[in-house]
Amino acid sequence: MAVCVAVIAKENYPLYIRSVPTENELKFHYMVHTSLDVVDEKISALGKALVDQRELYLGLLYPTEDHKVYGYVTNSKVKFVMVVDASNTALRDNEIRSMFRKLHNSYTDVMCNPFYNPGDRIQSRAFDSMVTSMMIQVC
Amino acid sequence: QITELCGAKRVGYFGPTQFYVALKLIAAAQSGLPVRIESIKCELPLPRFMMSKNDGEVRFGNPAELHGTKAQIPYLTTEKNSFKRTDDGDKQQETQSPTMSPLASPPSSPPHYQRVPLSHGYSKLWSSAEQMHPAPYEARQPLVPPEGTSSGGPGTKPPRLQASLIRSFSVEREPQDSNSNYPDEPWRITEEQREYYVNQFRSLQPDPSSFISGSVAKNFFTKSKLSIPELSYIWELSDADCDGALTLPEFCAAFHLIVARKNGYPLPEALPPTLQPEYLQAAFPKSKWECAAFDSYSESMPASQQPRDLHRSEKTSVKDMADFPVPIQDVTLDDKQASKNIKDEASPKDVSEDSATPKDSSSLKARPRSRSYSSTSIEEAMKRSEDPPTPPPRPQKTHSRASSLDLNKVFQPSAPAAKSGSLPQPPALPPRPCPSQSEQTSEAEVHPQSSRGPSQAAESSPAKKDIPYSQPPSKPIRRKFRPENQAPENQELPPTVGGPASAPTMKPHPAVQKQSSKQKKAIQTAIRKNKEANAVLARLNSELQQQLKEVHQERIALENQLEQLRPVTVL
Repeated sequence: MAVCVAVIAKENYPLYIRSVPTENELKFHYMVHTSLDVVDEKISALGKALVDQRELYLGLLYPTEDHKVYGYVTNSKVKFVMVVDASNTALRDNEIRSMFRKLHNSYTDVMCNPFYNPGDRIQSRAFDSMVTSMMIQVC
Repeated sequence: QITELCGAKRVGYFGPTQFYVALKLIAAAQSGLPVRIESIKCELPLPRFMMSKNDGEVRFGNPAELHGTKAQIPYLTTEKNSFKRTDDGDKQQETQSPTMSPLASPPSSPPHYQRVPLSHGYSKLWSSAEQMHPAPYEARQPLVPPEGTSSGGPGTKPPRLQASLIRSFSVEREPQDSNSNYPDEPWRITEEQREYYVNQFRSLQPDPSSFISGSVAKNFFTKSKLSIPELSYIWELSDADCDGALTLPEFCAAFHLIVARKNGYPLPEALPPTLQPEYLQAAFPKSKWECAAFDSYSESMPASQQPRDLHRSEKTSVKDMADFPVPIQDVTLDDKQASKNIKDEASPKDVSEDSATPKDSSSLKARPRSRSYSSTSIEEAMKRSEDPPTPPPRPQKTHSRASSLDLNKVFQPSAPAAKSGSLPQPPALPPRPCPSQSEQTSEAEVHPQSSRGPSQAAESSPAKKDIPYSQPPSKPIRRKFRPENQAPENQELPPTVGGPASAPTMKPHPAVQKQSSKQKKAIQTAIRKNKEANAVLARLNSELQQQLKEVHQERIALENQLEQLRPVTVL
């Protein structure tokens, strides 16, 4: 369902980025990069509010003609960005939320691995397979 | 010579064909025939290698058998890891043909046959030295010289033992299992290997039932000199519950995967069934668990055990305990948590004088593990909730304990039903196995019985993760109950005990499971998030502290300078 999934570290460099159609990858990378600005805007919107008050799911960051970009940020400022096809109108907000939740769970599993240094690229096969399962519905 | 003949030299490795040819040549050489290609055409006895389990002559019959039987031996020649072989004379009678033939075609590594380090017969590598006869295993002259060595006619000399890491890979440890599971032979842990893993686990973590933390395990596994991505992948495979810590079966699986990798096996895509924690816990020899669990358990709770023993009720309950470990094991064989329960039950049972059966002890195994859970606050909550199912005679106890949570209502419907069934007919307990080893009095008895009933049902339920959480809560609850009940319990019947430990663990399962499964999942996600945040915060904290130290030092230096300068300026 997702066309592109990206995990961005706190310092705004990508830990994991994967898109379904192997062509136009650059376009997706660019979209994810520009969406980071929107993410930053949203997470600083609350100002001095406590982190707890801020919801992890950021929602639709911005829509384009062909795609919609959704964002999710964790408590450790790791961002998940997901690009979905705009023509896929059947996708509801709840589904996006559940996809982000699965992403977050897989991410914490990756973190639990003592051999994983935070800040490294994510090379976990379990994480890969989970992301593939989320993206595989795209024809 | 043989390797030349079989073409290994030409090809550069021992492929399957070369292997089989080599084996046949080995057999020929051992039986005194000249080493020629022609000699393998006739029927030969199987080559004998001086290995613990690989001794004994097996009929060579056909190449398939040949492949199966001694397939591993020549691998050693190409394998840089060498293995010690024991020279047990008594092992010579063991024939490996049944185990070997399945090995003829290990599906897991046909393309890597030449690298398969499946050296059968490495027993006691780490165990007592008296059985070891390390001797260099020469690839080029494997067979001819050994012929004249011993009277029994052992074949090749034991291979050299790798200095850096003593890891060996014994395949035919369980002949009885091989026929059914031979595709997993490389992933099957043998007894000796398991012993070694357990010892290593103990060296890292004295309590065999609790966890090895991630950092400790990381340091330990890094010593294996595998690359970090590979170690990371192995961890991913073996840490089934993704909690950042390794339990003993997880540790054994990880260790085994490392051994396999070092011996050239490619890592599997998924954890093989023989390395699953449930399988490992179930298949693990009960005696070992029992001893380990009992040691840890007795060390940790010697005092508590005594009252429990004393408070153990009638022999019927003991009998029940004895009966139900059997069904428990049957039911929970595939359930990781169940095996944990079994462990828990096992240890208290060991303490009890009446129950001495291995099954009882195995059922006690789970107890130490459940104890280790008692640290988190979530388990505290669970304990409170677990406690409720008290029998009608003592409702006040339940209320006193589970004040906040109103799970009494949840438990009582199930408990009375179980109790009514169990009380009139103690012998009927076996169908409802439940580690009800509560140190309490008849209440405790009833508890176990009721918990046993539901626990068995719970065992089969899918919420495996619920069980470990529910186990530890019940255990601490039992302990707390003990002081309360000591007075009334003094009139209790002969000490039996085994029950108390297992009872608490099993009891909460059935009733709690449905209700708390959702809670638990939510809790687990929360735990994960928190862990992640914790990791980041910890790092940040250490960095900031370092900065703070540096700043302090600068400040001190500046102040010193100021003092030195001040007299000058003042003057």
